[in-house]
Amino acid sequence: MKLFPIRGGIHPEYRKERTSERVIETLPLPHRLYIPLQQHIGAPAEILVSEGDQVKKGQVIARRHGQISAHHHASTSGRVIAVTEIPAPHPSGLPQPTIVIEPDERDEWCVLPDPIPDPFAVTPEVIEDRVAESGIVGMGGATFPAAVKLQLGIRHRIDALLVNGAECEPYLTCDDRLMREYADEIIDGARIMAYALGAPRIVVAIEENKPQALETMRVAASTFPQIEVVAVPVKYPMGSERHLTLAITGRETPARRLTADLGVVVHNVATARAVHQAVRLGRPLIDRVVTVSGGAIREPKNIAAPIGARVSDLIDFCGGFSQRPECLIQGGPMMGIHLPGLDVPVVKGTSGILALTADEINERQADPCIRCGSCVSICACGLTPVELAAHIRHDDLEGAAKLGVMDCVSCGSCSWVCPSHIPLVHYFNYAKGALHAQEREHRKTERTKSLVEAHAARLERIAAQRAATVARKPKTTTIDEIQA
Amino acid sequence: MLIAVGSLTAMGVALGGLLGVAARLLAVEEDPLEVELQAMLPGSQCGQCGFVGCAQAAAALARGEAPVTLCPPGGKAVAEQLARRLGVTVDLSDHALHVPVYASIDEALCIGCTRCIKECSVDGIIGASKLMHTVVADACHGCGKCALVCPTDAIRMLEVPVTLAAWHWPKPSIDGASPPRTAPRVEDAGRTALA
Repeated sequence: MKLFPIRGGIHPEYRKERTSERVIETLPLPHRLYIPLQQHIGAPAEILVSEGDQVKKGQVIARRHGQISAHHHASTSGRVIAVTEIPAPHPSGLPQPTIVIEPDERDEWCVLPDPIPDPFAVTPEVIEDRVAESGIVGMGGATFPAAVKLQLGIRHRIDALLVNGAECEPYLTCDDRLMREYADEIIDGARIMAYALGAPRIVVAIEENKPQALETMRVAASTFPQIEVVAVPVKYPMGSERHLTLAITGRETPARRLTADLGVVVHNVATARAVHQAVRLGRPLIDRVVTVSGGAIREPKNIAAPIGARVSDLIDFCGGFSQRPECLIQGGPMMGIHLPGLDVPVVKGTSGILALTADEINERQADPCIRCGSCVSICACGLTPVELAAHIRHDDLEGAAKLGVMDCVSCGSCSWVCPSHIPLVHYFNYAKGALHAQEREHRKTERTKSLVEAHAARLERIAAQRAATVARKPKTTTIDEIQA
Repeated sequence: MLIAVGSLTAMGVALGGLLGVAARLLAVEEDPLEVELQAMLPGSQCGQCGFVGCAQAAAALARGEAPVTLCPPGGKAVAEQLARRLGVTVDLSDHALHVPVYASIDEALCIGCTRCIKECSVDGIIGASKLMHTVVADACHGCGKCALVCPTDAIRMLEVPVTLAAWHWPKPSIDGASPPRTAPRVEDAGRTALA
């Protein structure tokens, strides 16, 4: 298959060998599970249980609320001991509502929805419903509700489903292991999703540095002529939805549009497996594979952990720290987020937990920009990071927006390549957040304005009615007088 | 026939001309800048800026007698918009003191007098006479007029909490220090068997 080059990109040290040969191990059930209501992009789920309730494994404990949202399920059977607020696995460390479950060690399943024996004989809506009921979100890290993404087939004509097994972030090996150990399940899930989307073709894209995964996936896909397993070049950020689409189809996704506009939908391999489990077994998304790695971890591992296990549980399972970690990261080192502590839970988007040492993060004070232009030549989105950062530094967010800061995918390549250690991507994350906040405030003002207008119009109407009754009054009195 | 047409045309032209002249001579003077500025303000006439209403505030802004940060409910977004239109630079750092607020009714103290409902210009309070009232937090824009009229002091203005959806990264400090992050606490590290 002909591949197309992507613009820019970097080649960081991958450091995947620490965990790539380690078979996925299952985490022993922790003493407590912490299940946050917001583990996905969109509105937080609505809580369905209260303190003291007994729950079964797989039971819906929080229901999706609004168009873009996801269900959450109990990862094991037990008792809800609290509904409280704990710090979220989020760089802000803000508290968020969380359901705390004390497992009863019986691990008893609730009544699961019936498996769909032949998913290709039912309508796509049935598949979408099942995916939504199973609380599946994009497991590559973006955590967008998968059912919503499957509905893209209604409004767009989808030519191809891209199954993303690139895993371009250093350290992470969870998708690699998943492809090696559960290739059949991933392929089955991909076929079901392609059917729901109406996509005739499936392309599984895997970076060349995962030869075993490529091999097992090729074997698993060999019986299906519509599936192609493609080795893509090793380059960060190949795993970005837009860049993978470009590499496979040769077409660039326009700014602020979806890949679906090009007839392509991208799903992660772990999402495909979750869809397989939901459709074929009726099993909701209650666990995921997490790579625990980094120089400060005694024994790096790939762990199948229930959603809600704490980061400390996973690190203990890896033998604890071998030295003091300088920082803790959820996700990969390039795009991952700093964790506020060890007490935060594993959520649906946790692909990795990295405890990095000072050597690994190479942090130091930023020097002035030397105008080398490295950031411009490696920017995978074709932006000019140096110029954007200058605008943002001087609070000219609008200028930065004009130069395309909203098209930045926050891959962090510019910060990585900068010889002066300028935190470029941090500037862009700030600008994007601040611009969104401005937009929200603007919408709020607009809403206030329309409410005020409606209020004034109502008062006027009432006043007019009153005036009309007053005007009629003398007339009625005269009639009364006549009658009297 | 011709006379009728002619006279009517003549009357039309004459009266039209008169109207035209009158519109010019007797026009109510309205500063276009003022109109534009007023459109940017929330229009809830809350009076927190110290002016009677948004129109008066806009007039003062146009004359350059009021700072662009005058509108607390409008917040940073409105201040920035005004500054851009007026071509002034504005230091919004002190504006950060005006955190967005919303009204909240202590239901135990509410006596159902409906005074706050009458005061609310965005219909953000629901309730009826002698029944408990409550605030629709989404609609409230924090003008605080309800709190002033409450006879039992049951209304408090609370800060709008920062949620995960509303949070965003702070600006990197100008001297180029690396992004703030929370290093794991030492006691945490010790807890998981540090060698």
